[in-house]
Amino acid sequence: MTATTLYDKLWNSHVVTSDADGTTVLYIDLHLIHEVTSPQAFEGLRAAGRKVHSPEKTVAVPDHNVPTTADRLLTIKDPEGRLQLEMLDSNCRDFGVPYIPMNDIRQGIVHIIGPELGLTQPGKTIVCGDSHTSTHGALGALAFGIGTSEVEHVLATQTLLTKKSKNMRVLVEGKLPAGVTAKDLVLAIIGKIGTSGGTGYVIEYVGEAFRDLSMEGRMTVCNMSIEGGARAGLIAPDDKTFEYLKGRSHAPKGAAWEQAVAYWRTLKSDEGAHFDKEVVLNAADLVPHVTWGTSPEDVLPISAKVPDPKSFADANKSKAAQRSIEYMGLTVGMPLEQIKVDKVFIGSCTNGRIEDMRAAAAVLKGRKVAKGVGVLIVPGSGQVKHQAEEEGLDAIFTAAGAEWREPGCSMCLGMNPDVLKPGERCASTSNRNFEGRQGVGGRTHLVSPAMAAAAAITGHLTDVRKI
Amino acid sequence: MEKFKVLKAVAAPLPLVNVDTDMIIPARFLKTIKRTGLGKSLFYAMRFDETGAEKPDFVLNKDAYRNSKILIAGDNFGCGSSREHAPWSLADFGIRCVIAPSFADIFYGNSFKNGILCITLPQAQVDMLSAKASTGNTAGGAFTVDLENGTITAPDGAVVTFSVDGTKRNNLLNGLDDIGITMQSADKIGAFEDKQRREQPWLYQSA
Ligand code: SF4
Repeated sequence: MTATTLYDKLWNSHVVTSDADGTTVLYIDLHLIHEVTSPQAFEGLRAAGRKVHSPEKTVAVPDHNVPTTADRLLTIKDPEGRLQLEMLDSNCRDFGVPYIPMNDIRQGIVHIIGPELGLTQPGKTIVCGDSHTSTHGALGALAFGIGTSEVEHVLATQTLLTKKSKNMRVLVEGKLPAGVTAKDLVLAIIGKIGTSGGTGYVIEYVGEAFRDLSMEGRMTVCNMSIEGGARAGLIAPDDKTFEYLKGRSHAPKGAAWEQAVAYWRTLKSDEGAHFDKEVVLNAADLVPHVTWGTSPEDVLPISAKVPDPKSFADANKSKAAQRSIEYMGLTVGMPLEQIKVDKVFIGSCTNGRIEDMRAAAAVLKGRKVAKGVGVLIVPGSGQVKHQAEEEGLDAIFTAAGAEWREPGCSMCLGMNPDVLKPGERCASTSNRNFEGRQGVGGRTHLVSPAMAAAAAITGHLTDVRKI
Repeated sequence: MEKFKVLKAVAAPLPLVNVDTDMIIPARFLKTIKRTGLGKSLFYAMRFDETGAEKPDFVLNKDAYRNSKILIAGDNFGCGSSREHAPWSLADFGIRCVIAPSFADIFYGNSFKNGILCITLPQAQVDMLSAKASTGNTAGGAFTVDLENGTITAPDGAVVTFSVDGTKRNNLLNGLDDIGITMQSADKIGAFEDKQRREQPWLYQSA
């Protein structure tokens, strides 16, 4: 038998049928839905008189649009946002799809709650109308984002019409130095491969650095695979994965658990399996990273300076860098550590898990937020919020002068009330620093939770290792 | 879906790399429950200033390009989110074809499902077409994109050939809807589920 990769195995085990040119009907085990990319899909089903094929393999939750203030249940002021939330509720009711409402402790960002509820499992194919579905690959599931036409397709058929991507491997051996996190690791990878380095590929992350990461850290890495252009990210499941899943509400129970684990243990790339592309980094060389521009590939070690656009060999890249620096309001040669921030955002599907809350709290404990800096800390789910409060993290945050909110996407994207004002600068633990991503004219620097907390204290981008 | 055979139209050059989905349509315009009406928000931040007035320098605001149906773009076009609002806004504006050195995967797939033909060409050819679009259109010329024959003809008669994936091409040419096609395999989907239920029963254990 030929040696196959983890991706090959996951793909092969879900092929329903496939054409000569590779177009495949791929079976989908779990379909996650949210309010923004689903209304048009349900509208399409209704127009064609179609049903949802497998409502029990579908779960819906509102996250993008929801306000994060405590009074959010009383009133959602924005009429369009409210309509989307109401549509999700009524569509789920009409089509029999399980729905987690805003006032449920299980509510949260779709990519946080999937693993948390044990819905995400090794070996599953998982899709969602959201590009950061790649997050779920941290548990050894084949998970990727789809568009709304595809949401409709999966609703109607429980399959996707798609083609296989190529195999890419990112190997990082060695141990991450103290103060260097999963976020820094993935930012460094994107810095190395660029935002289109993974286009056409599914990335498997291998090596000691990933094995050593907690499940939360692995999710942070897989989450940002899409920022490197990859369709999906994968980490082979291991004992840590099984330990994480055991006992979660939707995880297999009883004899089925043993049976599932036995199968999950087979989910890894064979010795000698072929990868079309390979990238190697050394963990020991890594340092905390921060973005300076408006693309996630515009990333450098915190000790660096704002680069000179002229230093880019490629003319188009040079032009893009010039445009970024203007938009970001920076000067060439300025040390990144001198960049002052107005806001700090800790949350999102990249860094809104309990470990991220703990990392922020470890830095903020007994300290005060710098004068004039607004700090928003938003747990990724109701369960993260609950656990953080059990551990007293909320008290640490509020004592430091940060705001502690209800779960949702919040300031990760400018479509709910949490937005930057034009020109405002934010150290953010989210995943995209595009122009206007956090609000019209807003300026985003992507960092880890610890680095975000450090910036909150000093008022400027800061190497957390110095604190 | 509307069929795509031959498109004769003005092409607008937009030679920027990494045009992301937030640039194509900013998040605040995603609060819609319809597929239509998004054309007015296309490229919003590049097209309009803070007061909502048109920025005269932006290509689609120039008279020669207002009715463009073709976009000649830069590398990695459509990177970022999976929002189908990006192709919806392009389609609603009237764009039926985007030519670029490369596209982000999800955007690429979404576009075809909305009747937009994405053509990938080497950078040098894209640059050449982009240059012709910058001058040719002002003389009133139009580009012809012929999907059946796989050719792009510039206003000056220069021809570039391209190819697209067979299934995508066929669906566009015939205006076919994926769901209808897949539903023809309903038996196979059922058989897959029966087998999966036997081999991986935990996937069918109700929680
Ligand atoms: S947190 Fe941000 S990236 Fe994640 S799903 Fe929400 S909007 Fe998308």
